[in-house]
Amino acid sequence: MDAVPILKLGSTLLVSIQVDLQDQTALQLQEDLAERITQTGARGVLIDISGLEIVDSFIGRMLSSIAGISRVLDATTVVVGMRPAVAITMVELGLQLDGVKTALDVEKGLRMLRPADTTSPEALLLGLDADRA
Amino acid sequence: MTAVEPDAAQRLAIATDGDVVRVRQAVRALAQGARLSLVDQTKLVTAASELARNTLIYGGGGEAVLSELTNGRRTGVRVEFRDDGPGIGDLDQAMTDGWTSGNGLGLGLSGARRLVEQFEIDTAPGAGTRVTIASWSR
Repeated sequence: MDAVPILKLGSTLLVSIQVDLQDQTALQLQEDLAERITQTGARGVLIDISGLEIVDSFIGRMLSSIAGISRVLDATTVVVGMRPAVAITMVELGLQLDGVKTALDVEKGLRMLRPADTTSPEALLLGLDADRA
Repeated sequence: MTAVEPDAAQRLAIATDGDVVRVRQAVRALAQGARLSLVDQTKLVTAASELARNTLIYGGGGEAVLSELTNGRRTGVRVEFRDDGPGIGDLDQAMTDGWTSGNGLGLGLSGARRLVEQFEIDTAPGAGTRVTIASWSR
């Protein structure tokens, strides 16, 4: 069971799920993220699920839980990169992803988390500084 | 379910989390081989994931039997989930969205039924559970 790596960029934690998630790995990610948020004081969590071929009720519940845990730890979660076939299937399955913010890709997700500080690594990566100039 | 005879059957044990992932991957491979559309593949694999987890958690483990189907020009995939667990007493209740006997979301059975073309369930208290699903190429 490989753990999903969590990267830190400024005040944002980045997670890209590239493996077919076992239930235990999903639960581990939930705990690891809660730990990292409190350790780092991160304000945003970006989860890239473009590598996921399916989102079933278990993974959907994990995404909702992560969003809920982040919220009470004062961080915002954005899920990005959902495949079209996954979106269609999830809606038909009846999954709501309660409380989860979504964006189409990593760049839009980072913009949604919009760091106020234009010199932050996220803002520099997005060229927000240049946008405002 | 259909009069169609399976071309070949593949049996996979379901005893761990890792087995649920292996069932998903095997169903995906068969669905691709049967030329299901990407959306239909995704739906079938998602349904299989829900049912494999049910087999593991509620059935106490069991197996999945995967077969390729042919019916004239159409090809399909059938997956049967079998366990010798406690079975389901009130099937109507178990098939209702949001109802769960465990701590899940209660979308497993009802959701899986919506995702596939054919769905059959055979269960009784003390007699285990068999759920069979199938989807076809268009």
